[in-house]
Amino acid sequence: MSVRVYVPRDSAALSVGAEGVARAIASEASSRGLDISLVRNGSRGMFWLEPLVEVETAQGRIAYGPVSREAVASLFDAGFLEGKAHALCLGPTEEIPYLKQQDRLTFARCGIVDPLSLPDYIAHGGYRGLTQALAMEPLAIVEAVKNSGLRGRGGAGFPTGIKWNTVLQAEADQKYICCNGDEGDSGTYADRMIMEGDPFVLIEGMTIAAIAVKATQGYIYSRSEYPHAFRTMQRAIAIAYENGYLGANVAGSGKRFDLEVRLGAGAYICGEETSMLDSLEGRRGQIRPKPPLPALEGLFGKPTVVNNLITLATVPIILDKGADYYRDFGMGRSRGTLTIQLAGNIKHGGLVETAFGMTLQDAIYTFGGGTATGRPLRAVQVGGPLGAYFPASFLDTQLDYEAFAARKGMLGHGGIVVFDDTVDLAKQARFAMEFCAIESCGKCTPCRVGSTRGVEVIDRIIANQNRTQNLRLLDDLCELMLDGSLCALGGLIPLPVMSAIRHFPEDFDRPAPTSPALLNPDVLTADREKNPWR
Amino acid sequence: MSNMQAWDADRAQARIRELERLPGALLPILHALQEEFGYIDPAATPLIASALNLSHAEVHGVISFYHDFRHSAPGKHVLRICRAESCQSMGCDALIQHVEKRLGVKLGETTPDQSLTVEQVFCLGNCALSPAVMMDGEPYGRVSPNVADFLIDSARRPQ
Repeated sequence: MSVRVYVPRDSAALSVGAEGVARAIASEASSRGLDISLVRNGSRGMFWLEPLVEVETAQGRIAYGPVSREAVASLFDAGFLEGKAHALCLGPTEEIPYLKQQDRLTFARCGIVDPLSLPDYIAHGGYRGLTQALAMEPLAIVEAVKNSGLRGRGGAGFPTGIKWNTVLQAEADQKYICCNGDEGDSGTYADRMIMEGDPFVLIEGMTIAAIAVKATQGYIYSRSEYPHAFRTMQRAIAIAYENGYLGANVAGSGKRFDLEVRLGAGAYICGEETSMLDSLEGRRGQIRPKPPLPALEGLFGKPTVVNNLITLATVPIILDKGADYYRDFGMGRSRGTLTIQLAGNIKHGGLVETAFGMTLQDAIYTFGGGTATGRPLRAVQVGGPLGAYFPASFLDTQLDYEAFAARKGMLGHGGIVVFDDTVDLAKQARFAMEFCAIESCGKCTPCRVGSTRGVEVIDRIIANQNRTQNLRLLDDLCELMLDGSLCALGGLIPLPVMSAIRHFPEDFDRPAPTSPALLNPDVLTADREKNPWR
Repeated sequence: MSNMQAWDADRAQARIRELERLPGALLPILHALQEEFGYIDPAATPLIASALNLSHAEVHGVISFYHDFRHSAPGKHVLRICRAESCQSMGCDALIQHVEKRLGVKLGETTPDQSLTVEQVFCLGNCALSPAVMMDGEPYGRVSPNVADFLIDSARRPQ
């Protein structure tokens, strides 16, 4: 009988040589006359162990990693096809503490199944959520999602069920489901992992959303920086059509749902929902003022559900296992699981899906193993380029929307970027403004002009020209951008800038404490009524 | 990238025809043209405008809005280096300096022999293996200056 050997085709695994390892295993097996079947799975999300090779044995899956092309022959010599010992052997995959201590709900199948095998998807619980949904009234589906406590995973944390209800109640000849997979935040890769590792879960989630709000057309907006994810998603959609899970008669229900994946073109702003809609319509990805809400006037002016990719990929398990099951994970108003992505200067970078409420300290040290360089941690940026820089003294912050807002930060899409003590926060603050200047859509003046002025002011502060006055000017500029910008790009870029100044005054050559204006907590209020990424 | 064709108006027209009926067809068309030719030739603007019933200004406005779309032909190979925060924390600035010095070009430029274009990118989604780059659409992680040299040499080696 042929032995199943798994070598990931996830982009991150490919980036450290998985393709060469897969080829070496195939050719070594054939030259030794051994019968193997090679499965190209997604990643388990333990990237320091990639390429992570797994072998299916009577004792379950046994992991080896990180495997180089050169090590393949010695794995065969050691008998890895029977799960035998080798210097790279990590034991049963499921017993690796990094995985064992997680609550994998959204990522239940990622890294386990063959991403493009529909039978594999179904054998691992796929399409059970859709079967449930097809037996329910649309309002009941919306209620289930509402009761699960699921909130938008793009960062804004808006309750998903409430958004769906608005679209369901809207009268229109055409409604749309748009998946925001424009994962532009540095430090995040969860969307990419789902598209490459379990694309059917996204198709299923979007199909359930469509049935819940009576939409018939869906679009996934992905990134040109993710060519592998795009191709896998396209192939998965084609397979779903061939097997009657998309098209005029979804799973024999008589209901129609068509789905297409589209590519962005390197504009960070298209992660903002209204920009994304304009981009999908073939326009410049510029912000639309709200109201009207996209739920009422979205894509092509029609009622549209716009949800983050992880939000939609979480819907199937809620319908399958029930709202209560999902809601029982988490803390306070943050229910269910958070997909933390450990990134940057981190020893054990990877995806950690766990109930809300873990501390930054546990994420970075218990899971992440500290910095990759072994130097002391100095700063952490959570939530992408618009997230605050936290000092080491803030590591007790719990990973929860409200806990982050209380410390003038934001959880965003769950990306955690770690910096060691070589980081210069003045440089990081300058980069935040530079990034905003490069990526501003140009629609509103505070963001378009403010970001360029911000770079100039920070340059003068760094050069010690009228430092005190320029710091006050920067403070004023940040307040204006925060209050006056149309969307979260200009509106939140003050977060990394001002947090750098507040928590790392020495990098701006200033003794702590800073001027009273900079310590005024009212200046930065991430939790005020902005309209962050949704 | 090495399979790019020289600009050909008939070929462009054919690609536009394939996609013009899609709702919101402009981005798919621009991606198709860039895939074919490596950039968006200015001569494409009137063809697209006429197919989609848009003004030249509207088409030009979209092309110039997105960082991806190039206005002139790139080198035979394209190296995209991530400059976002995660890669900064692992020394992408030093990596960029190394590559720029070695090739004698800045980010956004092409080597004089037209063999390689170096571009900046903000996040390749490989942040647990920073610093990350992409060579001709293939991802590479934990890229040291040595690895970058190897990638550059392999790409530029005459075949």
